Amino acid sequence: MRTKVGQGIGLVLILLWCLFPVAWIFSLSFKSVEEAAAGSPQFLPKDPTLDTYREVLANDDFQRALINSFGISLIATTLSVILATLAAYAIARLDFTGKRVVLSIALAIAMFPVVSLVGPLFDQWRVLGLFDTWPGLIIPYMSFTLPLAIWTLSAFFREIPWEMEQAAQVDGATAWQAFRKVIVPLAAPGVFTAAILTFFFAWNDFVFGISLTSTTDARPVPAQLAFFVGPDQFNAPTSTLAAASMMVTVPIIIIVLLFQRKIVAGLTSGAVKG
Amino acid sequence: MATGAVTAPRPQASDRARRAATERSRGENRLGWKLVAPAVVMMLLVTAYPMFRALYLSLYKYRLTAPEDREFVGLNNYLAVLTDSLWWIDVGNTVFIMVVTVAVELVIGFAFAMVMHRLIFARGVVRTSILIPYGIITVVSAFAWQFAFSLNNGFVNGWLPFVGDDFNWFGSKWPALFAICVSEIWKTTPFMSLLLLAGLSQISEDMLEAAKVDGATWWQRLWKVIIPNMRAAIMVAVLFRALDAFRIFDNIYVMTRGAQGTESASFLTYRQVIEQFELGIGSALSVLLFLSVMLIAFLLVKLFRVDLAAARQEG
Repeated sequence: MRTKVGQGIGLVLILLWCLFPVAWIFSLSFKSVEEAAAGSPQFLPKDPTLDTYREVLANDDFQRALINSFGISLIATTLSVILATLAAYAIARLDFTGKRVVLSIALAIAMFPVVSLVGPLFDQWRVLGLFDTWPGLIIPYMSFTLPLAIWTLSAFFREIPWEMEQAAQVDGATAWQAFRKVIVPLAAPGVFTAAILTFFFAWNDFVFGISLTSTTDARPVPAQLAFFVGPDQFNAPTSTLAAASMMVTVPIIIIVLLFQRKIVAGLTSGAVKG
Repeated sequence: MATGAVTAPRPQASDRARRAATERSRGENRLGWKLVAPAVVMMLLVTAYPMFRALYLSLYKYRLTAPEDREFVGLNNYLAVLTDSLWWIDVGNTVFIMVVTVAVELVIGFAFAMVMHRLIFARGVVRTSILIPYGIITVVSAFAWQFAFSLNNGFVNGWLPFVGDDFNWFGSKWPALFAICVSEIWKTTPFMSLLLLAGLSQISEDMLEAAKVDGATWWQRLWKVIIPNMRAAIMVAVLFRALDAFRIFDNIYVMTRGAQGTESASFLTYRQVIEQFELGIGSALSVLLFLSVMLIAFLLVKLFRVDLAAARQEG
């Protein structure tokens, strides 16, 4: 009985911690612009309105940023996961010298101070014509999501019973059939998990988003949100920003609701061996 | 690691088989490198090359607005940075944020992990909600907390008993840093707790049971059994989070823009390059930032005395 009560309290605390700030932004997004401008320190809106959402949806720059973010993140995720799958397969299955080197490079890049690349990339991208374009963001996103994808995937691939491929071939399947019918279904969940984590990373990026773009041609959502503030920081359109924040959070919440088990498995895979 | 690397003298008969084996392992080597090459090239293209370029540019006086005036100045940029108190203040802020957030996250994350580990009901709900802060964009988290602490629209002043209603959190350095830390801690504690939970589930129940039978108190079991056995997981979590916190940028950009002396080392670098177009000084800052991260990683690995590659994977 006592442990159950303790668990209940712990549970409530965790839920409060995780959901309370989201509830706050949600509540704030229903305050009218006038109410927020006049100052409304209470938690709930006095007179809930959907005007803020209408305003955000009607904002061309925001729409454009949403398209940029989805496009850039999806392309970067796809390419990154393809390259990582090849690399992780080699790391998990093949015996080759330099395996440790590859893993160490990945690890070093995962810890790399991203901001220190902003200067040289800013300079180079302008020369190469990549500044303020989709590829200009896709390339750095790939480089920085590859380590995560490689670590996650090689941990997953290590667990796959590869003997089943041979067993299928002994049973008369061709090499291609054995790969497609046996290995692909076993590997797919891992690849999918790596894709979700990679997407989160690209979707969240801010540093590259503000430094390697200058117009709405390629500017992603986080950067657009920060520029919403306008020149006068002290009169930011608080409730409109809250509505925009809610709108970019909804896709994350949906992904989390659908795939929570996979994401947790991916985040913790390989983190605790040994 | 490599098969056939050690070849002890053996009877003649197996000579051919051995040659076939080395041939095979050479093929495997080639295939291995072919498969990892695209990923490795991609990773180095955007990190190693620009980093060398930063190293080169850092030796020049170079403003993007006046590219013709570029001139070689040797280590003067580094001297300029290292003798400027702004750099040291910003490094101090960054280290402060890193130490405070990681310490708080470790304690709260551990408590969360303990709760989740023992939980027998509502596991899916907890897992889902703990992933929401993890998945949320840092900029959104920064906005949520900026508004919560704001003078006009925030509920924090009204809810905290010992804080006046007219207290301006962003009006001076330490309260502003506090707000920044809160946002950082809120967003990243769940990640920490998941890593610790994974470590926690590796501990055998038998060992805990044995300690209990031997009369160890809860506190003793925590310090003598649980924590020592989780060293690898704690190490990985702390290392990743510490280096992540050292790079703090998004929260500061949104919440204070570095006002009131709340700038971080990353923010200073960004400001020099993108806002001031000082590519020379900015590159020197980039190199120093890179070296600082290396130093912190080195110190942490030494401190924990754990082989990181071995801790994460047998490699």
